[in-house]
Amino acid sequence: MKKLINKAEDVVREELEGIELAHPDLVKVSYDPAYIVRADAPIKGKVGLVSGGGSGHEPMHGGFVGKGMLDAACPGAVFTSPTPDQMLEATKAVDGGAGVLHIVKNYTGDIMNFEMAADLARGEGIEVESVVVDDDVAVKDSTWTAGRRGVGLTVLMEKIVGAAAEEGRSLKECADLARKVNGQGRSMGMALTSCTVPHVGKPSFDLPEDEMEIGIGIHGEPGRTRMKVEPADKVTEMLLTPVVEDLPFKAGDEVLLFVNSMGGTPLIELYIIYRKAVHMLKEKGIKVTRHLIGPYITSLEMAGTSITLLKLDEDLTKLWDAPVKTAGMRWGI
Amino acid sequence: MAISRDDVVTWIKNYAQVINENNEMLTDLDREIGDADHGANMNRGFKAVMTKLPASEDKDIGTVLKSVAMTLLSTVGGAGGPLYSTIFMEAGKVIGPKMEIGLADWYTALQAAATGVANRGKALPNDKTMLDALYPAVDALKRAVDENLPIPEALQVSAEAAHAGMLATIPLVAHKGRASYLGERSAGHQDPGATSTFLLLDTAAKAWADC
Repeated sequence: MKKLINKAEDVVREELEGIELAHPDLVKVSYDPAYIVRADAPIKGKVGLVSGGGSGHEPMHGGFVGKGMLDAACPGAVFTSPTPDQMLEATKAVDGGAGVLHIVKNYTGDIMNFEMAADLARGEGIEVESVVVDDDVAVKDSTWTAGRRGVGLTVLMEKIVGAAAEEGRSLKECADLARKVNGQGRSMGMALTSCTVPHVGKPSFDLPEDEMEIGIGIHGEPGRTRMKVEPADKVTEMLLTPVVEDLPFKAGDEVLLFVNSMGGTPLIELYIIYRKAVHMLKEKGIKVTRHLIGPYITSLEMAGTSITLLKLDEDLTKLWDAPVKTAGMRWGI
Repeated sequence: MAISRDDVVTWIKNYAQVINENNEMLTDLDREIGDADHGANMNRGFKAVMTKLPASEDKDIGTVLKSVAMTLLSTVGGAGGPLYSTIFMEAGKVIGPKMEIGLADWYTALQAAATGVANRGKALPNDKTMLDALYPAVDALKRAVDENLPIPEALQVSAEAAHAGMLATIPLVAHKGRASYLGERSAGHQDPGATSTFLLLDTAAKAWADC
């Protein structure tokens, strides 16, 4: 394993120390329990937005804490859900009296830990709502599985709902908005290489030099199929077609197209994928009116990409365009 | 004969040792069908338990178990954190402020633990989870209580049932947790959670062999 780390067990703490030193204008960092919170939290009368998950997906979630997005983020160990004590303290730290919304990606551990945290917070008199993101069409949504995973759409939800909370919408309005975003966004990802969790020291899965995994999760969980590597245009088709067909997105729809890097794939390749995706959508009469391109929800150093489509309307577009000032996403300010 | 508070503390300490020794094996099992962190997470949690145990090891059994539960809840993370925390919390609640327990107490504690895990994880038998090791162990313990077996023998039977349950997860298709994403591809692999649960009960049988 070659990594720019010191000791594997210090990775998350030392990352937090770096964030604290880099962004004192945006965030404060708590180490025990670990969470990142807006520098100006709690904001009186504003719904608090808390998310969290395993580390290793940077900039998500910690990089999305700031004005117009999250109020707090709880980092777990790499690829491991954070714990209820972190979520409870983060929830208390952002409670400005208007309630707190938990944005939870659909993984067994995240769901259980956030459920326990929400129970504890309600016990302390804080109004808490939870919204689950499950946008990954690579996984069949069936009662026989843990359900679709929460992936790229999480980033878009945190931005859009963050803007809504910033403009003073109520807890119920924010929760309904988050569910609406979840209802009209879909994603799918792929990997060219595996990734290595620092404290494990070995690749999470083995992928031969000439093969790729279609439908990969953000923790290296396997997807639909493994096959020989294909050109970018073919891979874009393999990802975008199931995304479009699942919702389904239809002619006349206006969408946000998010082409994400899993960490190891450079921008030059993301633009090649973006170009093909726009062409494909145009042929179907679907208009890309907003986009996001870059590494926003990563899987350590994994090479690969994911494509997320979100159907927009006037409200969602306005909220997407609203000012945001975080370490990982910044415009309009 | 009975299981004393000190026996319970020994069991927990021994399990921390067993987890440390099997860290890599558990993580390797998890790499096959999950996300390659079960051993590392459990090891982090039980290392923290070892640090915090001295603060409660002179208290009653219920207090010891509940403090283990709280430590696991705040250090393990993932799905294993809430689930293993639930085992110790529910057992601790049932046992309460006792300084020693008999076989019937241990059976009720383990049964409450299994019910708690099932409620938290919403899993059913044969979903390829830790319950597939836990349920058979509880059933075997029930029979042992009915037959009035001595404690060491009863624990041995219970650990053997957990072992058989663990091995029986190999052909199963996972319906819960990250392994469920694999669908049919999850068959042919032993469940890491069932494995760490077998180790928990096996460690009890070994730690309490003279009770």
